[in-house]
Amino acid sequence: MKARVTVTLKKGVLDPQGKAIHGALSTLGFDGVEGVRQGKLIEIELADGDRESARRKVEAMCEKLLANTVIENYAIDLVN
Amino acid sequence: MKSAIILFPGTNRERDMAAALKRASGNDPLIVWHGETSLPDVDLIVLPGGFSYGDYLRCGAIAANSPVMPEVIRRAKAGTFVLGVCNGFQMLTETGLLPGALMRNASLSFVCRDVHLKVENTQTPFTSAYSAGQVIRVPVAHGDGNYFADAETLDRLEGEGRVVVRYCDDKGAVTEAANPNGSQRGIAGILNEAGNVLGMMPHPEDMTDIRQGGLDGLPLFTSIASAA
Repeated sequence: MKARVTVTLKKGVLDPQGKAIHGALSTLGFDGVEGVRQGKLIEIELADGDRESARRKVEAMCEKLLANTVIENYAIDLVN
Repeated sequence: MKSAIILFPGTNRERDMAAALKRASGNDPLIVWHGETSLPDVDLIVLPGGFSYGDYLRCGAIAANSPVMPEVIRRAKAGTFVLGVCNGFQMLTETGLLPGALMRNASLSFVCRDVHLKVENTQTPFTSAYSAGQVIRVPVAHGDGNYFADAETLDRLEGEGRVVVRYCDDKGAVTEAANPNGSQRGIAGILNEAGNVLGMMPHPEDMTDIRQGGLDGLPLFTSIASAA
């Protein structure tokens, strides 16, 4: 099973990289962009076939290492 | 004073730190590889600057989970002095020994230059050799030094005198122009609640010899040496 973890900055946390991307998009002529936030995508291959225990394991990984919950949120997507 | 500097793959400021500790205390620090799971009996543990694990994932995140860290955390909680500079400060926030997080500089640029700092609290084991409100000049060299914490945490840090150093101009005024990285409230270094763990982005170790351009960083190390 594969777990896809999306890590994003919490609302209210300044994202200078997102701002820079927004600026570059405007320079390229893409108008109508109202905001850009940059995050991370982490794909994890798991030996575990059980969805419940896999989710618990990946949640623990997020809390311990993959996300810094002071500034980041995470979302877990399990893919068979 | 007996001290240990923890060395991680990608650390690059351990020699400057060792020289500063030697100058201040007369003793050479021990250098301890991050793969160790025990530490010698020391008064001070230093997490030095550099780019541990290539700054992968988040600066300091992988170092914060390396084999030696449970013992560093245990000692910190038992009262041993811990100093984290630059990447070491990032590790301290990642372990939760210090609150908040260090984010990408607001300018998105790596900043490598001297800055001025105002010593806000001299009633700490790390700053007792400075005078209150003293303005010092030390270098910064980082891409991720933008201190972030929620308003409640910032208020608590300020209220408890735990903001130890703040970025300022050469006259001591804390202004936006003097802030090299966008840190909230100009915060350059903070203390834990118990007062034995200091994290700071600037490099006091690189201003401890006249050949480095000044001695403004030396009192930080003599402070610790006299407290130890």
